[in-house]
Amino acid sequence: MRAFDYAAPKSLNEAVSLLSRRGDRARVLSGGTDLIVQVREKRRDLDLMVDVKNIPELSEIRYEPAAGLALGASVACSRIYEHPVVSRVYPGLVDAAFLIGGIQIQNRASLGGNLCNASPAADSIPALIAHRAICVIAGPNGGRELPVEQFCVAPGRNALQAGELLVSFRIPAPPPRFGANYIRFIPRNEMDIAVVGCGASLTLREDLKTIAEARVALGAVAPTPLLVAEAASALSGSAFSSESVDRAAIACQAAARPITDMRGTAEYRRHLVGVLTRRALLKAFERAQEAANAR
Amino acid sequence: MPKRDHAGPPSELDVSRRGFLKGAGAALSSGIVAGAEALEAANRAAAKIIGPGKTPVTLKINGVNKALNIEPRVTLLDALRDELELTGAKRVCDRSSCGACTVIVSGKSVYACSMLAIEAQGKNIETVEGLSVAGKLHPLQQAFVDNDAQQCGYCTPGFVMACKAFLDKNPNPTIEQVRKGLGGNLCRCGTYVGVAEAVLQTAGKKGGRANA
Repeated sequence: MRAFDYAAPKSLNEAVSLLSRRGDRARVLSGGTDLIVQVREKRRDLDLMVDVKNIPELSEIRYEPAAGLALGASVACSRIYEHPVVSRVYPGLVDAAFLIGGIQIQNRASLGGNLCNASPAADSIPALIAHRAICVIAGPNGGRELPVEQFCVAPGRNALQAGELLVSFRIPAPPPRFGANYIRFIPRNEMDIAVVGCGASLTLREDLKTIAEARVALGAVAPTPLLVAEAASALSGSAFSSESVDRAAIACQAAARPITDMRGTAEYRRHLVGVLTRRALLKAFERAQEAANAR
Repeated sequence: MPKRDHAGPPSELDVSRRGFLKGAGAALSSGIVAGAEALEAANRAAAKIIGPGKTPVTLKINGVNKALNIEPRVTLLDALRDELELTGAKRVCDRSSCGACTVIVSGKSVYACSMLAIEAQGKNIETVEGLSVAGKLHPLQQAFVDNDAQQCGYCTPGFVMACKAFLDKNPNPTIEQVRKGLGGNLCRCGTYVGVAEAVLQTAGKKGGRANA
């Protein structure tokens, strides 16, 4: 592995100043499960690793029923699903955090790192989109916010400008009668990259049948994770039924722009989009009903 | 020698002016360089930038503090194996995939190949070398022996540490939890059944051969 500098700033200001000064020769180190491997395999060149895990804003989990969740960008996956409140209130995030890599990866890897890598197949991104997560970004010109679905701009490329740092996710508190789910297809049980991934969330009306609001996001079928607005409109206002779910699945298949690669053909992926959309919506629906009944 | 464009012999002033300018230029540029270096050094110190050369790093391994002098790029795995001769953790894939380098940091299993040693400062690091006490195997190690949970043995130390972290957190696991909890470790000999039985035996459950 090439030699590099290391810094572990304790504040956002210090981190932004380091990143601004070193430009693209610096890279943020969170869990390191991808970055350290990339540098060792010469797939990424850098002079400085900025370890952000000592910055309070990046490593906190703060939940308030009214404000929702502030989830630090470098919080490890296992802290998410072991958190008593987050694991209950944000089921889609838990699904994703519990299937990224194995336990050793989950003890290090973060959703911030998963997002910043901007892999089209990243497992946590459709789940974050389903939960309406907003990226909180710090930079040399102050802070800004960006919805997760706008953060990835191309495979491996994200919307961060020079000197900017992903600080946390701001995730609204789910309304009553809300359920979410993330599922993916892989040919083995774990430790693999999604052939297709689907994150879905539903909010039901008081009758627990009619869909008030829906969100469906897909992974691994386009250059970036996709929020499928047509699927949401196919569901909103309709009863949850095989017909409305079929409409959403067809909308997702139409929105998908899959490629053929070693993990599957475009045709196979498009088929999977339909299957996974239906399954994720059904699970989200069941969870929304459970959430309503638990109140 | 370049042709002089003025008449008369070269004056002392002329020579010394050349020399002066030459020297002054060198002095000036070295002043800038020294200033930039000093500024950069001050910036690095202010930002607490470490490296790329060797730097003191103290690791607490199996309860004992070890003082090292290593570059920031040295992974925890390389520090254990190359600096401390703790060769239990194995370098197999070296890319966060196989689990042979598994150690426990702050109570959690991690791949030592994808963690910098400098990141592990101030944390409790447990390696397979710390398990047996006074030559007596840890019950989990004994369970690996009892259940033939290794063949070539190369994945075994990582597996043992992954199992220990798993059991510390799940003292009473189901077989499904065991399978899911150990998914981050690969064994090309295919000892998974024996490993799962070793975990169940250690947890005091039926399934392990010693309990059969």
